[in-house]
Amino acid sequence: MGRFDGVDVRPGYFDEMHGDGTELRRPYRNYDEWFSQEDPRRLLKKSADAEALFRRTGITFNVYGSEEGDERLIPFDIVPRIIAAREWARIERGIEQRVRAINAFLHDIYHRQEILRAGRIPTGVIADNDAFLPEMIGFTPPGGVYTHIVGTDLVRTDDNDFYVLEDNARTPSGVSYMLENRETMLQMFPELFVKSRVRPVAEYPRDLRTSLAAAAPHGTVGRPVVAVLTPGIHNSAYFEHAFLADQMGAELVEGHDLSVVDGRVAMRTTEGPEPIDVLYRRVDDAYLDPLTFRPDSQLGVPGVMDVYRSGGITIANAPGTGIADDKAVYSYMPEIIDFYTGEKPLLQNVPTWRCSEPDSLGYVLEHLAELVVKEVHGSGGYGMLVGPAASKREIARFTRKLKAKPANYIAQPTLALSTVPILTRNGLAPRHVDLRPFALVAPNNIRITPGGLTRVAMKRGSLVVNSSQGGGTKDTWVMED
Amino acid sequence: MLGRTAGGLYWMFRHLERSENTARLIEAGMRIALTRSDDVEKEWKSVVTTAGQKDAFLERHDRFEQANVIDFLLRDRTNPSSVRSVVEAARSNAREVRTALTREVWEATNDTWLTVRDTLARPVLDRELPDVLGVIRRESALVRGALHGTMLRNDIYNFARIGTFMERADNTARILDVKYYVLLPSASYVGTSLDNVQWETILRSVSAQRAYRWRSAGDASAMGIADFLILDQQLPRSLVFCYRKIDENLGYLAADYGEHHRCHELSHDLLLRLTGRDIGSIFEDGLHEFLGDCIKATNTLGGAIERDYRFTA
Amino acid sequence: MRLNISHTTTYRYASPVRYGLQELRLRPRDETTQTVVGWEITVDGGAHELSFDDHYGNRVELVSLTPGATETTITARGEVDTLDTAGVATKHLGHTALWFYLRATERTVVGKGVRRFCDLVRDESDDVNRLHSLSSRIRDDVAYRPGESDVASSAEDAIDAGAGVCQDHAHIFIAAARNLGYSARYVSGYLLLANTVEQDASHAWAEAWIDGLGWVGFDVSNGISPDDRYVRVATGLDYRAAAPIRGVTYGAGEETLEVELQVQAGSGGQQ
Repeated sequence: MGRFDGVDVRPGYFDEMHGDGTELRRPYRNYDEWFSQEDPRRLLKKSADAEALFRRTGITFNVYGSEEGDERLIPFDIVPRIIAAREWARIERGIEQRVRAINAFLHDIYHRQEILRAGRIPTGVIADNDAFLPEMIGFTPPGGVYTHIVGTDLVRTDDNDFYVLEDNARTPSGVSYMLENRETMLQMFPELFVKSRVRPVAEYPRDLRTSLAAAAPHGTVGRPVVAVLTPGIHNSAYFEHAFLADQMGAELVEGHDLSVVDGRVAMRTTEGPEPIDVLYRRVDDAYLDPLTFRPDSQLGVPGVMDVYRSGGITIANAPGTGIADDKAVYSYMPEIIDFYTGEKPLLQNVPTWRCSEPDSLGYVLEHLAELVVKEVHGSGGYGMLVGPAASKREIARFTRKLKAKPANYIAQPTLALSTVPILTRNGLAPRHVDLRPFALVAPNNIRITPGGLTRVAMKRGSLVVNSSQGGGTKDTWVMED
Repeated sequence: MLGRTAGGLYWMFRHLERSENTARLIEAGMRIALTRSDDVEKEWKSVVTTAGQKDAFLERHDRFEQANVIDFLLRDRTNPSSVRSVVEAARSNAREVRTALTREVWEATNDTWLTVRDTLARPVLDRELPDVLGVIRRESALVRGALHGTMLRNDIYNFARIGTFMERADNTARILDVKYYVLLPSASYVGTSLDNVQWETILRSVSAQRAYRWRSAGDASAMGIADFLILDQQLPRSLVFCYRKIDENLGYLAADYGEHHRCHELSHDLLLRLTGRDIGSIFEDGLHEFLGDCIKATNTLGGAIERDYRFTA
Repeated sequence: MRLNISHTTTYRYASPVRYGLQELRLRPRDETTQTVVGWEITVDGGAHELSFDDHYGNRVELVSLTPGATETTITARGEVDTLDTAGVATKHLGHTALWFYLRATERTVVGKGVRRFCDLVRDESDDVNRLHSLSSRIRDDVAYRPGESDVASSAEDAIDAGAGVCQDHAHIFIAAARNLGYSARYVSGYLLLANTVEQDASHAWAEAWIDGLGWVGFDVSNGISPDDRYVRVATGLDYRAAAPIRGVTYGAGEETLEVELQVQAGSGGQQ
């Protein structure tokens, strides 16, 4: 292969490096200069090295329902995704606004429900929603924080257009890739970081700890004890749980390590029980406490909700935050932002048809081939239909599903996701990406790490970036300038 | 530290030690199979017995044929003590206690798993066996090296060491117990080649044939070998050495946590049992009984450690 | 009327408990219809861990079982002064909205049986008549007979069996009331009986929200609305939410339960 013959972009899609193919966008100038002087063979070798490194260090995720190949690597692409300072400032403000609104919404929905009384959201959207957790009614989490960690999924369609796809207010994952990808890039291409001033992301674990500690229960004495609750080594994100615990200097606990002792949740240590102040749990609400929720849960901690409700522990994120990132509620986000902040949304919501509404359902059924249909409670790219990429049979199947349970689905237009080049054997090639920055919420501040997880569809033309569907990741650079 | 983490470390290092011990047992078995043509199956049977897997083996195979034994001990997934199984278990333990390990120890363990998994993906041919066994021992040594070179000498380290020496003590005691009869004076035909081969096997199983030659100045005797493997203060696989290490590491934990438990008493008793003993008196009281007691006491101690340090709920 | 109550629950375990927790909803509160004069909960074979108010306004106490115990005894006892308000219990308190009480639960799922009851009373002239009629229809068709159902039975199960206890009556009523558009809830509590002090189980009934009146009680099993013989202890969407005792135990094996309950009229109070 030679040097990268010409510029490859997908017509009709915005490329973050090359725009429409006629220009080199400013944030990529330094990188392009460096790249054009590199030997492509060396870069491909580096790329292979990176994969070996990830495998050796065990940065893997587990795939459900597969026996032998239960640990897989997420493909890593060595071309960074670069965001200019000015662009980032907008994203940052937009996320902060949303996160503020979400926390206000959660407090309201679990107390006086003014937004329902005001008729801004129909009561049915909440009343019939499994993500609404009655156990949270009338309870205010320590420090008033509901979503200690938020991973907002953004997509870009043009120079100035960013859309929020999902708010991920439950337990967003992927932050370990943000950190490890940067670490890998620093090791492989130190010279790049000398040339370009990239804002660091490495403070995230410390900020996470600080942020969690700041939300410790009232009356916590001394340094709060923080622990990460994982479902265990077979969970798909186990690597991340261990990684974050390690980086924060917090214990990584499983349900059976914990019990209620003297009205607190304590972990079983070699020296006896030690109470925990803040539990960063990576276990879903339904499995969190077999005494309160699913009695068959083996992953949870019986009584943790009781300790929580008596003020003895902080659970991060708070149970019941799912009502804020539910896809049905998502469609009301502009209302929510307006209601609680009095501001216009800084980031756009994707227009959403709620299939529960007959008119919308009618429209959706007629336009399935152009739309993306998602399950209201689904995640991870499972159970969705990407109209333009779907076969006739898939569309027929989804038509039946929609008719059977319309309230289970929402539909959105297929967005023209931006592309960023990845390195292939034939040089740079455009692939669609999204972006998940991470926001940390403490009682008195919201911190957004400059960077995030860029997920990239490794297949040409594919719009599905989820790792469970073969998507990869990139290092995400936010520039100082 | 979490009790579960302590348990994970303990078992991680027991499993790694076991993989290495199994590789040695096979190596010694191979040696004897090569040097003796008669009754090779009996020797393989004793290898399987030493590995504590006789019943499990007989559920899978009728006869102790070399290929079956080697495959069972190295690769069989249904055998929880096969090298493949224990290395996988050690790596699972390591993932579970990831936050207690340095990056080096974790990577060495992960590397061991990747290597052993690939090496044992297919049945091992006779001619590859020496290399494969070498790989297994080397990988285990890499983890140990990373442990020594990078870990703080704290409770984490102590649990790792206790696991190592518990497994090793158990292994040495079992090697001796399975072969004790060839060491007995009554059964011993001094100078016959049969005994030499058997004794050599015992020494090989603990990689001590060379050390013993130097120590005994070439003067091999049944009692001398037993003395070396049970009472030698310098041989890192002798029973007394293992018990002393366990006792020391438990002592550090007691000092660290400011708390004595039943396991500390048991460990002292076990060490005392060997301190000041001479091999003659052990033979007089019955070597088999002595080794049986040691194996039992080691098990009891293991149970006490698990309880005292809250490995499980 | 002053009611004197003593309620003892004993759990016996086949093998010693390794670990266990129990949530108690055993503490009556001062309300429109009742004033708690004195109340005490004691636990043998367990320890009080914490307490809090749940989203229904129930006082919840969490108790841990003593590891190694083979028996746990929980005693709630005290005195409550009650008023007869003709079944009208309370106004609505707390942040749990009335619409929430329209939610179906596993035990109050609407099926053919519940729907039939709804059809029978739909045409009644007003809310009060409709709900009273519902109560008596249920009582006519589903006999009060212990042993036909258990704590996990649903409204439909009891209708199918044609028999049940107060808990089943309450579930059927709640399921039907919700289906008719009324917010409804389950109430667990105590009832003074005419001929006996000794009882073998605590009582349960239902409440429905009637605009203009508030929460109105319906004791289907006895065909009346609660009066001053009733003490309200806990409420919830169904039995599971309002159960006097709910817990998890590990390592205890088979578990047997014995309840001793005495309810008697005491001296003093407003007669």
